[in-house]
Amino acid sequence: MTKRPLRVLIAKPGLDGHDVGAKIVTRFLMENGCEVIYTGLRKSPKEIAVAARDEDVDVIGLSILSGSHLPLCRQFRDLRKQYQLEDKLWLVGGNIPARDQEELKKLGVDAVFTIKNSLQSIVEFINQKKSWA
Amino acid sequence: MGMSNESSVPPVINESGIEIKPLYTEDDVVESGGTEGIGVSGQFPFTRGIHPLMYRKRPWTMRQYAGFATPEETNKRFHYLIRNGQTGLNVAFDLPTQTGLDSDDEMAAGEVGRVGMAVDTLADFETAFEGIDLEKITVSLTINGAAAVLIAMYFAMAEKRGYDIRKLRGTAQNDILKEFIGRGTWIFPVEPSIKLIGDTIEYCAHNAPLYSPVSVCGYHIRESGANPVQEMGYAFCIAQAYIDHVLERGLDIDDFASRLSFNFDIHGNLFEQVAKFRAGRRLWAKIIRNKYGAKNPRSMWLRMIAGGGGGGLTIEQPENNIVRGAYYALISALSGTQTMALCSYDEAYTIPSEKAARISLRTMQILMEEMGLCDTVDPLGGSYYVETLTNQMERKIREVMEEVDRRGGIVRAVAEGHVQNAVSRQAYENYRKLERGERKKVGVNCYREEEEEPPIEFHPFMQAECDAQIAKLRKIKSERDNARVKQALDQLRRDAESGRNVMPAIMEAVKAYATTGEITKCLVDVYGRYEEPILF
Repeated sequence: MTKRPLRVLIAKPGLDGHDVGAKIVTRFLMENGCEVIYTGLRKSPKEIAVAARDEDVDVIGLSILSGSHLPLCRQFRDLRKQYQLEDKLWLVGGNIPARDQEELKKLGVDAVFTIKNSLQSIVEFINQKKSWA
Repeated sequence: MGMSNESSVPPVINESGIEIKPLYTEDDVVESGGTEGIGVSGQFPFTRGIHPLMYRKRPWTMRQYAGFATPEETNKRFHYLIRNGQTGLNVAFDLPTQTGLDSDDEMAAGEVGRVGMAVDTLADFETAFEGIDLEKITVSLTINGAAAVLIAMYFAMAEKRGYDIRKLRGTAQNDILKEFIGRGTWIFPVEPSIKLIGDTIEYCAHNAPLYSPVSVCGYHIRESGANPVQEMGYAFCIAQAYIDHVLERGLDIDDFASRLSFNFDIHGNLFEQVAKFRAGRRLWAKIIRNKYGAKNPRSMWLRMIAGGGGGGLTIEQPENNIVRGAYYALISALSGTQTMALCSYDEAYTIPSEKAARISLRTMQILMEEMGLCDTVDPLGGSYYVETLTNQMERKIREVMEEVDRRGGIVRAVAEGHVQNAVSRQAYENYRKLERGERKKVGVNCYREEEEEPPIEFHPFMQAECDAQIAKLRKIKSERDNARVKQALDQLRRDAESGRNVMPAIMEAVKAYATTGEITKCLVDVYGRYEEPILF
């Protein structure tokens, strides 16, 4: 069986208009052999869940810089179950304060990346968790 | 040229792509374009400042960006800032308001009052500006997609309080083209969005001639990855797109050009930024006089806010941002700006605390009161380096604009996503340079420290107050004259469909306490919604 490239959905939930980081991560993942689908701005958690299912991605990355990460991720946790997306790696990026990162992990987020983490560390994390044989 | 080959020092190239020599002399000024364009302040081409005496007569306005939770809470912060010597207000709205949604909309869940204050109806503006003298304190509304609605609310509120809007000063950001490039609070497709801006400019030209209906923003384009000459070049292309649209309506350039203003960024190399502002001022004056044939010198003025600098601040060692802010404010003062605002040191983490906002204000006041920045006009004018760089930057800005023209103009380039793609690719390359250490950032890729989470006071999210906003909205909707609301919205729909100026109908709607969401939806029904082009 030929291995297919990892498929990643980079999504902007809610009304936040900051897309510099999401686009930087998208470009870096593309350069590192991933197939990336970037949703564009202002998607509801439901639209993101539907896209993740329809595009059959391996990784879902939510980029949030408006401070609304907790309510948005709570919504997405429920949708993850509903749309059977729990086998997909769930990443969150943005300006997430350290004090909220534990709470996000409890919701089922696999890893949180902020400006303090290198782009390479995202790729390494994905490869480690989704290493294809 | 070739300076770096003649000496042993490595080459230095600024962000705008200009090679910097180790020493500048009079010859460099002459070779780069001469000294004719320098002139004196208050006279065409205004390189040194738009007013003859600049800060000697009137220092810059200090206008910190503020707003959160509800109009009640925001009103308290406004009074706090004014008590501390702030001379203007710059209103931050929450994302539902910015994207034309009411606080009870499904998409607004969790966002109400989060990054700014919620405004659903005229009642919210009545509360937000209570006790503030709108003749003494000018108000800037940072609103774009929903600008027509919020401008109407501001005028209606002022009228209700007895002000004559013919004499009312103030600014709305109302620059939608840059929202498609960065910041992202667009609502309608590109063409009707420009039409709406034309409506606000035309309405103000006839009814509120001292109000600045548009502040064209290079700022957010730079924050999204543009270099300083692109920041200014794209902003000028955008401003011309609005001007061209309004001229088609039969207005004369001198009817409205003097009320256009600009918003630019202040982080980066100090001399490059100062040259950017001086070059921009000169080039804009030439464009308005030579291309558009303006007669009134005021039409040629590049009036601006030079502020912010958020893209230069770091999450690492946040106290360093206080120092950066002071240098950015110095750049702003040396630039000859009309208005200054500074991002606060904690802004990479949270809405600024009162303490952080006060430090930003004091930073500007120290420059004004202690450092002699107001004593003389354009103190860097005449520097061989700064004059050479000003000449070179002017040429570079022109090149950016010519490139946009070759690609079919800014409206098309934005609608097809090409500008967004170019800017985001550059942001990526800049970030990679930062990661590789090719671009230095103190505390980030040099002079790093192992740090705990720094002692930042997080602005609390006021859940109860934001819930109360929804209750207030519902109460107003149940108590207002709903027949009058329906009539106003029907009129608005008819005006939008027929292509008439929609501002009079929006004024009627806001006076009837129609909501931000209702008015926006009415326009979306006619204009449609923007579909974001995704290019990589």
